[in-house]
Amino acid sequence: MEELNIAPQTQSEPVPGAAFEPAIVAFVCNWCTYTAADLAGTSRMVQSPNVRLVRMMCTGMVDPKYIIKALLGGADAVLISGCHPGDCHYINGNYKARRRVKLLMEILPRFGIDGRRIKLTWVGASEGNEFAATVNRFAAEIKELGPIDTRRLPLL
Amino acid sequence: MPSRIGVYVCHCGTNIAGRVDSAGVARHAAGLKNVAVARDYKFMCSDPGQDMIIKDIREMGLTRVVVASCSPRLHEKTFQKACQRGGLNPFLFQMTCIREHCSWVVVDPAEATAKAKSLVAGAVSRVNEHEELYSRVEAVHPDVLVVGGGIAGIQAALDIARSGHKVHLVERGPSIGGHMTQFDKTFPTLDCAACISTPKMVAVSQEPNINLMTMSEVVEVKGYVGNYTARIRTRPRYIDQNRCTGCGLCMEKCPKSVPSEFEEGIGQRKAIHRNSPQSVPNTPIIDPASCIYLVKGKCGSCQKNCPSQAIDFTQEESYLDVRAGTIVLATGFDILDPTALSQYGFGRYPEVYTGLQFERLNNAVGPTGGKIVMKNGQAPESVAIVHCVGSRDKNHHEYCSRVCCMYALKYDHLIKDKIGHHARVYNFYIDMRCFGKGYEEFYRRVQDEGVIFIRGRPSEVTDQTQGPEEAGKLIVVAEDTLLGRPVRVAVDMVVLCTAMQPRSNAAEVARIFGISQGQDGFFLEEHPKLGPVSTATDGIFLAGTCQGPKDIPDAVAHASGGAGQALSLAARGEVSISPTVSWINPDICIGCKMCVGLCAYSAIEYDERRRVCVINEAMCKGCGSCAGHCPSGAAQVRHFNEKQVFAELEGLFAPAQPVRQPVASSAT
Ligand SMILES: Cc1cc2nc3c(=O)[nH]c(=O)nc-3n(C[C@H](O)[C@H](O)[C@H](O)COP(=O)(O)OP(=O)(O)OC[C@H]3O[C@@H](n4cnc5c(N)ncnc54)[C@H](O)[C@@H]3O)c2cc1C
Ligand code: SF4
Ligand code: SF4
Ligand code: FES
Repeated sequence: MEELNIAPQTQSEPVPGAAFEPAIVAFVCNWCTYTAADLAGTSRMVQSPNVRLVRMMCTGMVDPKYIIKALLGGADAVLISGCHPGDCHYINGNYKARRRVKLLMEILPRFGIDGRRIKLTWVGASEGNEFAATVNRFAAEIKELGPIDTRRLPLL
Repeated sequence: MPSRIGVYVCHCGTNIAGRVDSAGVARHAAGLKNVAVARDYKFMCSDPGQDMIIKDIREMGLTRVVVASCSPRLHEKTFQKACQRGGLNPFLFQMTCIREHCSWVVVDPAEATAKAKSLVAGAVSRVNEHEELYSRVEAVHPDVLVVGGGIAGIQAALDIARSGHKVHLVERGPSIGGHMTQFDKTFPTLDCAACISTPKMVAVSQEPNINLMTMSEVVEVKGYVGNYTARIRTRPRYIDQNRCTGCGLCMEKCPKSVPSEFEEGIGQRKAIHRNSPQSVPNTPIIDPASCIYLVKGKCGSCQKNCPSQAIDFTQEESYLDVRAGTIVLATGFDILDPTALSQYGFGRYPEVYTGLQFERLNNAVGPTGGKIVMKNGQAPESVAIVHCVGSRDKNHHEYCSRVCCMYALKYDHLIKDKIGHHARVYNFYIDMRCFGKGYEEFYRRVQDEGVIFIRGRPSEVTDQTQGPEEAGKLIVVAEDTLLGRPVRVAVDMVVLCTAMQPRSNAAEVARIFGISQGQDGFFLEEHPKLGPVSTATDGIFLAGTCQGPKDIPDAVAHASGGAGQALSLAARGEVSISPTVSWINPDICIGCKMCVGLCAYSAIEYDERRRVCVINEAMCKGCGSCAGHCPSGAAQVRHFNEKQVFAELEGLFAPAQPVRQPVASSAT
């Protein structure tokens, strides 16, 4: 098996003259936010094309390593989204995710990553409109923030 | 050996190909590492589409398959089965969604195509890391648990019991029957509610396969599909059901009267009471909050008068564990309390009623013996019926309650029938929704009876009169939107058709059973069209109005659906359980026990001898809470492990490579 090296950045390379199109990874749980994304699609709610969904069974399985890997591997931002508090299909996985993301947000700035590049939201299965709005809002925020420059991170 | 991947990009007619260049995506995929063949096709889920995959697996020796099409929530199983038919383990497959998440939501074709390419690359990269997994087969316990004994729960319980399976029917209240037992007549046929519900209720009590538990609630559910254990709490009735003959003498002698919940507050009941003589079981109950003996320790009149010594003040709350393979939830609905819509004066003006109160006014065993009369005992000369109170209203419930138009028509008819043709009836409606079988005909019939329909939502109900002709009346103020002018209608009585809404304890019930509520608060079905009775939790089904507003025919049909699904599992006797659960690698685990406390299902135990944690796969649900936290990386969710997620991320961001080989296009 090939070693898991970090792929070179492509999407977020600033092309002179072209508007910055961020690449965003969204780790979403199967039961709520992924379902909401399906509903947003079925209802043809236009979304910015910058977000790539990675389907997880629950936000509780989103290892902080995955978030860091995404940021170092080409994503300008990471969205983690699951069921509303109390609604997690696995009782309380989302509370665990919340704790973990909070810790991560405290640590990442020390390595030069802006905390605004990580967002945790709750989007329930029936909230297609909320999903589309979240995606569009986040994409706009990251466009504003500009590309991540991992080469200049003290971490590397 | 490197894997040989087959990639299949669907057009979904024009649903995908109308925006995404499916053939271009396939060409892109063909250039990705380890891809042996990439094709695009009109409908991958069709038989020819699936056959294409099967043929390629067999003839080209594919060891991995990727399909880019609709959401995996729709067709993942379809393609997994196709892989299996081709001889490939179904978990060596990955699906990525380029319809709901791409072609339907990205406007620009170039952007949509680029996104689809990236998603496919992610899936291709991930599938390299997939491992063969094997589903576990477990026995399904033949008994079924039905929760809620309204007409829906009754129907489900009877259907299941008659097939020979045992049913535990758990009802929170003292009697089964639910809201239907409060009605007098039912639309559109005007059958008497008791005449059609009582036989069903009696059938429940006489059915040997039904274990009926009233005054009971499920407080905890453990296990998984096929193997649930429910803990049931039963509150005391203070009457020995085996001794009580239902004679009712105790109720006559009880000195304490309080407003009755069953009569919706417009009638009284005793401390020892039962909803109606047709209650099943017909044993009364003592309400501990109002019983003089239970509060103050003296009285005991019922005990002295009971000819069968059935009164037992020593009864206590009890718990029972029952096992069941599947569960049907039929916990029904509540009606909205219209006090919040203060403009309609409910609670302020005595002659403003809710629909359920009006049902009781009509009921032959209700507080007025079935006579429609005002608080002063006189029959109203004029009645206003306000539709959509709290329904189709952004401030309360956006949805339509689906029964109000029809029961309003029922009231129209009953008023004309009981009070006489001279009684004036005004309906304030937004739209008339008479969609069911025989409903439009009923609407016509009522129109012919001389009922008045005013299109407009009233702005208020008031007693502020503007002239002598309005004196002593309630005035309904509205705009007639058909005529475009304001109207004031003075009436003796106002009936509010209040919205059906989720039970006040729906959130609690959803939590106990591990299911979700939709935006409206009703329990969420698996799919709004194709899975209206199943839930996202395997083995738990919905019946009746707990899923959304329904009339009786729809609630009964829905309940039979739920019963059918529960039975199909019970009859099959076994169920295959997903192998996508977690596993702790004993060679890596450092025995920190972090995961033990994180697992919400108590599936992890510490093995003292080996000093590592071990997951009980039968109890693990695969949530990954342990894996997300394990500091050593020993805990991993199968099919969602670190290698797989990393590979997906790498694929998503890998730069496009030049195409190595021509695409084998099967597009027509
Ligand atoms: C005013 C009014 C008039 C209507 N008139 C008509 C009509 O004429 N014709 C018609 O077709 N439809 C009519 N309907 C609709 C009809 O009431 C419903 O379709 C029907 O009652 C739904 O039955 P159900 O079993 O789903 O719910 P319910 O009748 O609400 O029964 C639910 C049962 O579950 C029990 N329960 C609740 N929570 C729990 C729990 N946690 N544990 C255990 N048990 C629990 C409750 O005690 C209850 O017995 C009317 C509705 C209203 C509001
Ligand atoms: S003890 Fe007295 S108050 Fe209590 S139920 Fe019996 S008669 Fe009624
Ligand atoms: S994945 Fe881990 S935390 Fe979740 S149920 Fe299984 S053992 Fe428990
Ligand atoms: S399943 Fe959605 S957050 Fe846990």
